[in-house]
Amino acid sequence: MQSFDLEAEGLRKLNVSLHAQKNDTNQTAWEITNPKGSHAIAVGLDAPIEVTVLGSTGYYCGGMNKQATVRVKGSAGPGVAENMMSGKVIIDGDASQYAGATAHGGLLVIKGNASSRCGISMKGVDIVVHGNIGHMSAFMAQSGNLVVLGDAGDALGDSLYEANLFVRGTVKSLGADCIKKDMRPEHLETLKCLLAEAEADAKPEEFTRYGSARELYNFDIDNASAY
Amino acid sequence: MCGIVGLFLKDKKLEPELGNMLTDMLITMTNRGPDSAGIAIYGNDADDNSKLTVQSDNPAKDFKGLKKAIKKATGIKVSLTKKDTHAILKMPTKDLDKVRTALKKTRPDIRVMSAGDTIEIYKEVGLPEDVAKRFDLRSMTGTHGIGHTRMATESAVTTLGAHPFSTGTDQCLVHNGSLSNHNSLRRKLRRAGVVIETENDTEVGAAYLTWKMQHGSTLGEALESSLEDLDGFFTFVVGTKDGFGVVRDPIACKPAVMAETDQYVAFGSEYRALVNLPGIEDAHVWEPEPATVYFWKH
Repeated sequence: MQSFDLEAEGLRKLNVSLHAQKNDTNQTAWEITNPKGSHAIAVGLDAPIEVTVLGSTGYYCGGMNKQATVRVKGSAGPGVAENMMSGKVIIDGDASQYAGATAHGGLLVIKGNASSRCGISMKGVDIVVHGNIGHMSAFMAQSGNLVVLGDAGDALGDSLYEANLFVRGTVKSLGADCIKKDMRPEHLETLKCLLAEAEADAKPEEFTRYGSARELYNFDIDNASAY
Repeated sequence: MCGIVGLFLKDKKLEPELGNMLTDMLITMTNRGPDSAGIAIYGNDADDNSKLTVQSDNPAKDFKGLKKAIKKATGIKVSLTKKDTHAILKMPTKDLDKVRTALKKTRPDIRVMSAGDTIEIYKEVGLPEDVAKRFDLRSMTGTHGIGHTRMATESAVTTLGAHPFSTGTDQCLVHNGSLSNHNSLRRKLRRAGVVIETENDTEVGAAYLTWKMQHGSTLGEALESSLEDLDGFFTFVVGTKDGFGVVRDPIACKPAVMAETDQYVAFGSEYRALVNLPGIEDAHVWEPEPATVYFWKH
């Protein structure tokens, strides 16, 4: 186990040390103390290592992650796991706005609540939120799965492309072009796997699926006045 | 960007530490707003006096003989405590308006930063750490306070463009964001007779709240109607004599984190600003909901 005191040694040294890890590294477990809400912790990793942050983080923790597993034993600030490519980011507490924004792959697990714009423009990532999500979540989401065990705020899935949204609780309102859809066997199977991987205690049958009505895909002259 | 910090003390034992705690929080928010910094601090309401915080770009000239000039114009005896470019004038509460009028006539270059029983506002251009040093913010005591670090987007970096803005007796406003309809609203308010000194968007926000309250709204109601009438991005924190309030616009992209313990309620633009508060590890930490008015009162 490599231990790193962020307050004493500084952010740049931390990220340089983590970036130095190769695929065959022996230093596979890292523990970061005194994060104190600092920004850009464990950003841009590209090695199969496990990084545990003991405390809450600021902006962009685990951003652009590849391969690594980053766990935050606290809450995360805005833009956690932004543009993640692969690997796993787990937040034990809450996440601030735009968690998992634009992420292409991997799994983001938020054990508490996520704030507004969770999964905005997601491009293939899987996001599982154990609590609730805020307004404008999955705005322009393109692909991937957003699973919410609690409730969703206003304008869920506005201008959605092909991402799947699964909500167990209530949805305050759906955004433009986002509709309720049937749950098919393959969706139940996907949900089952994601819930298990995210250590979430819920049954796939309890969820409702939402997706794109695909009405906004093409220009419609009848809507001209709305543009 | 801009950074906001706020601290509302429930535990009287922390009151001697208010200035110190707020200054640490303010300095942590330096990279959200390195242009200017300001603080509104609410002391104890121990007597029947009120105070004006005044500011001058030329304090040596403007504050010299000021007490005498006020005495001569009004017959009222005021006390004056100088702090860098600012000064605190103390007088009996009933004489507050007379002193303000006399100030305007005798020393037109002096600007009133705040007026009230307990509020003092200090703000200047410069790094938060330097501004805090100039006014010795660390030594200040009180029941609650609000601080702001500014990264100017809508108007010039000047003392008057810095926050907090006074919105009335013992009231102030700080803002993170930018208002997009401030020009039209400024014209409307000026037509209604409201004096607005700068091209700053937040000053218009502050003037709007003052105007609403002059026409019968409570602060809570004025904040509710600001959600309708102000267009743009805002997280507002408002200070009142006995507490502070928070409201975010419906989109809520300007950050806000709150923490509450038995000892205090704290506000920060980022969690970083709160990490050194006592007992923060066990505090209830959350983000205020969009388009929702929050208040904490003593």
